[in-house]
Amino acid sequence: MSAATTDTARVPKTSRDWDMAAIAPFVALALLLVLGYFANPNFVSIANLTNVITRSAFIAIIALGATYVISSGGLDLSVGAMVAFVASLMILFMNTGAIGDPMLMLVAAMLVALGLGAACGLANGLITTVGKIEPFIATLGTMGIYRGLTTWLSQGGSITVRDRELQQLYRPVYFGDIFGIPIPIIVIFATAALAAFVLYRTRYGRHLIAVGSNEEVARYSGISVQKVRTIAYVVQGLCVAVAVIIYVPRLGSTSATTGILWELQAITAVVVGGTALRGGVGRIWGTVCGAFILEIVGNIMLLSNFVSEYLIGAIQGAIIIIAMLVQRSLMRK
Amino acid sequence: MTVSPATVDSSISPPLLEASGLSKTFGIIEVLKDISLTVRAGEVHAIIGENGAGKSTLMKILAGNHQPTRGEIRIDGAAVSFSGPVDAEDHGIVLVHQEILLSPDLTVAQNIYLGRELRKGLVVDDQAMRSGARQAIVDLGGYIDPDTIVSRLSIAQRQLVQIARVLLVPHRIVIFDEPTASLTPHETEALLKVIRDIRAKGVGVLYISHRLPEVKEIADRVTVLRDGRLVGSHDAADLQPADMARLMVGRDVAKLYPDRHAAEVRQAVLEVEGFDVPGFARDAGFTLRKGEILGFAGLIGAGRTELMEGLVGLRPAKGKVVLNGHPVSFTDVHSSLKAGVAYLSEDRKGKGLLLTKDLRVNLTLASLGKFIRGLQIDRKREAEALDRAIEDFDIRTGTKNILAGQLSGGNQQKLLLAKMMMLDPQIVIIDEPTRGIDIGNKEQIYKFIAALAEEGRSIIVVSSEMPELIGICDRILVMRTGRIVGEVQGEHMTENEIVELATGVNAGAVA
Repeated sequence: MSAATTDTARVPKTSRDWDMAAIAPFVALALLLVLGYFANPNFVSIANLTNVITRSAFIAIIALGATYVISSGGLDLSVGAMVAFVASLMILFMNTGAIGDPMLMLVAAMLVALGLGAACGLANGLITTVGKIEPFIATLGTMGIYRGLTTWLSQGGSITVRDRELQQLYRPVYFGDIFGIPIPIIVIFATAALAAFVLYRTRYGRHLIAVGSNEEVARYSGISVQKVRTIAYVVQGLCVAVAVIIYVPRLGSTSATTGILWELQAITAVVVGGTALRGGVGRIWGTVCGAFILEIVGNIMLLSNFVSEYLIGAIQGAIIIIAMLVQRSLMRK
Repeated sequence: MTVSPATVDSSISPPLLEASGLSKTFGIIEVLKDISLTVRAGEVHAIIGENGAGKSTLMKILAGNHQPTRGEIRIDGAAVSFSGPVDAEDHGIVLVHQEILLSPDLTVAQNIYLGRELRKGLVVDDQAMRSGARQAIVDLGGYIDPDTIVSRLSIAQRQLVQIARVLLVPHRIVIFDEPTASLTPHETEALLKVIRDIRAKGVGVLYISHRLPEVKEIADRVTVLRDGRLVGSHDAADLQPADMARLMVGRDVAKLYPDRHAAEVRQAVLEVEGFDVPGFARDAGFTLRKGEILGFAGLIGAGRTELMEGLVGLRPAKGKVVLNGHPVSFTDVHSSLKAGVAYLSEDRKGKGLLLTKDLRVNLTLASLGKFIRGLQIDRKREAEALDRAIEDFDIRTGTKNILAGQLSGGNQQKLLLAKMMMLDPQIVIIDEPTRGIDIGNKEQIYKFIAALAEEGRSIIVVSSEMPELIGICDRILVMRTGRIVGEVQGEHMTENEIVELATGVNAGAVA
């Protein structure tokens, strides 16, 4: 096969084929809803569905950041550990009682979380871009560091928000709702809308896709590849911080085991959503859909009797493989 | 001039390979229609045609990669049908790919025997493969240590390895798909000798190339394709390169190079002095004037590309660069583009365009700042810019929603040119502007380059095709092993003088 064939084999025939790959996750989600209805009619009740989606919020929001990192051609394995680390520091900050007014304290704590998330992301970004270390290895390293620091901070146990008043004030951020819509769901869609705007509509988004698609072409076009990649990791860190902000009020505490394996769930959501792991394609709404699919599969298994819920991990593993096979066959056309 | 295949086919020996009425349809598009040709033992049969004429498809059918929709292939008079490339190889038809398909981390011997390793019991027999590989390369008239890692070889050496690998299969017909596209004149000459040797052994050779003088030199017969149809098969002796060009394009290509009136000496826009690109270029110095087309000639590896990449900030470099009277130092492409210096890479597919993205995204990638309204990219203005670029640069595409990777090489180059011209650069550096591009598009690209100079822009053309440098440049600088060794202009712009400078030896002695 000469140059021409190898090229056309890699390149889809028209842009419409990509659209098929983009629609696939939503079709899968619709099929799951139908399947869920047959498994247990209670599944499609509003109460159950909002419940499920609320629970998917952490992974969905983290996965939005992962969509950026993966689209740019990177990878971040440290996000699970970063959740635990940022959450611990956030609670420790609240426990210092440095600010008397609870409301002010809460706002300050959220800002601290965002700052910490951005800093952790920046560290990941600089290690991979300036340090020129493979993202897999770099973030494997920081994963150990963030997790280890958390274990040390919590002395192997848990860290809890001590101030009752603060806890009560904070609770609605996870358990509250606006016009009946749980706040975590609003946060998912608001974050996704912002992420989609930046990725699809702004210069930075276009540069991110260019860098992930072909780093050399980007460089020869005058784009700073290092800067674009580093910012993607910072975006990931900010997304982790947003997830932490809605995670902490849920239990009011965190431990050394918080967020374990979340990085893999986030990557799964991104890939199931249609974003290519080799970079160059980012699908924000697909990622949100992917996160819902993961949570819904678990929920259906709980509500139905034909599969043991202990098999959730195996089913999620199977989903990622099936998703890749479906995408591949759609692109071949 | 003999024209019909039937009259040519009147020799006594039966043809080694005979294809009759081959057609190929992809979906509803007929890319090949009713092609017949023969290959006899001990001849070089060249297939020429513009990009998209169907040469590659035809070769892929003959090499078993594609099945013909209609038509028949006969070998020694017996009809055959190939289930795949391996089946074609079993019939003695082998294909030397245009691109180098070797594993860069393996040795020469390991590559040559990849997938058909010799074994002694359960373990591979390295000794036998090493000596087999050495012999295979010596047979081709070269010498490369079989233990060398392929990534350390030059392009020409890699190609030799690739040919050795292909010829290891027992073969009666060898197909070469544009083998000289990335070779220097010397390397090309060496390759043509290899092909003559293969022919002398009674093997039939099918030879695809864009380079018509070279076809004239090597081919015994020439078949011309145009738009998927057979234009005719001719004895090579009856055709001059100009005739071939006319048959390929279907009209007279009287002049490939545009008329240029000798530019009066104008002010210098770029002055380079004592410029070093560590490892590639040393102490380079030259002046580029307004409205001038300055050529850079030299062998591959002479450091031309690296010098240009150093100048625009793509590689670490140091030295004095004065742009419009102000000293400048570019550390990245962003700064050089901003200063009005654009570089178009020789590697269009790897460094120039995002092949999996559409034309609009590619066109505006380097100049997105011009399309920002508020926080957003203004897609409507982008679409308008694409319409203009398609018009101005005559980018031929059925639909605007096509991906850049689906354009032909010539149209990709036009898109790349359009992309860089979005920034309205004062200096345009074009590296290998017509590599792998057919003659019709070449002519257009030369016209664009001349027009840019006419507008008062200054152009640097880096090229390994000497006729093109001589055809379009005002002056030519020649590089050898990292240094600028000479300048030719006026009546001294001849291939001989350039080769002499590029190789450092008398051209007559080499040829």
